[in-house]
Amino acid sequence: MQCTKCNEKAVITLQHGNLCKVHFINYFEDKVFKTIKKYQLIDRNDIICVATSGGKDSLSVLYLTKKYLDKYKQDTSKLFALLIDEGIANYRETTERDLKIFCKEHNVTLKVVRAKEEFNYTLDEAYPIINEKTKKKPCNICGVWRRYLLNKYARIYKATKLITGHNLDDEAQAIIMNNFKANTKLAAHLGPISGIEDYKLFVQRVKPLYFCTEKETRLYCLLKGFQVDFTECPYSQQGLRASVREMLNDFENKYKGTKQGVINSFLAVLPLIKANQIKTNESKIKNCKTCNEPANLEICNACKLKEVLTNG
Amino acid sequence: MEITIIKETEQGSKKVNFSKQTVKEILEQLNINPETVLVVRNKEVITEDDPLNDQDTLEILNVVSGG
Repeated sequence: MQCTKCNEKAVITLQHGNLCKVHFINYFEDKVFKTIKKYQLIDRNDIICVATSGGKDSLSVLYLTKKYLDKYKQDTSKLFALLIDEGIANYRETTERDLKIFCKEHNVTLKVVRAKEEFNYTLDEAYPIINEKTKKKPCNICGVWRRYLLNKYARIYKATKLITGHNLDDEAQAIIMNNFKANTKLAAHLGPISGIEDYKLFVQRVKPLYFCTEKETRLYCLLKGFQVDFTECPYSQQGLRASVREMLNDFENKYKGTKQGVINSFLAVLPLIKANQIKTNESKIKNCKTCNEPANLEICNACKLKEVLTNG
Repeated sequence: MEITIIKETEQGSKKVNFSKQTVKEILEQLNINPETVLVVRNKEVITEDDPLNDQDTLEILNVVSGG
């Protein structure tokens, strides 16, 4: 297949035509930069923390954030990467090694926070104990720890923005999952800028890859030659998200533009969902009575897990 | 024609007899949704509509994150 814009060979077929390597890279980068500008995801004075795992999404968003700062002559020394090491044997070591090489090559400071140092347990150690008492799955524990540590350490390192690698597929899946569970409270937290209202202990989370599909992001990484390890997390499981992902990909294959349609229709009603949440005051943030970090209830979820580990 | 398939997520390779023409058609035969993979031939990414040749070796890359 030939590129719609030139005579080169196409590497991807999109809704609006086929693109070769050069035109695809331009299209992808342009889309990310337009998202940053349209939703004002980065301000000139921001200190930027990029949440990085070493996967395709976080490497792409780290690289492109730096490229954006370079392009608009903003201070790249205000950018740093933050890796959370949950403590999963034979998994995180590989991505950490690749990420260290990537950050060195691209001259980005990398900070690593380890769950073991914060909670006294690795995920491998904590999971059997917590699961026995609460039946919680490893992804539940990991999610709580990651959100807690990312926000806490982004703030400790003085970041004013926390960039994540969430892509269009992640977001479309979350929208559908929240619909299926009628969870408008969680839905209100979605969008290119996460959260509902500013809160002093929360570092604002933003998603520059919001309009980029998983396939586009993998292709971008491949064409740019980024070293991405595709070792699957040993705890990866087939839950609701996996079923929704499969359903959306089936629809996308049959009806092109399905995922984009889910995103666009959601963005059209998101201001109403957010306004409703503010009005009903259901999402008021408090400070955790144990650790003083932000919490929905009296005690934050990370401290509840700590209690289980300490007291059983 | 005979096509060799190498999947990123699996060890080794397998040979497949294929009687149709395109990448899209071999993915259908393998029961793989084109939305979930990239296909590489001779270190070049190819699209769903690209025709295949006898003795081609295809690398199937998974686009879904591993975590």
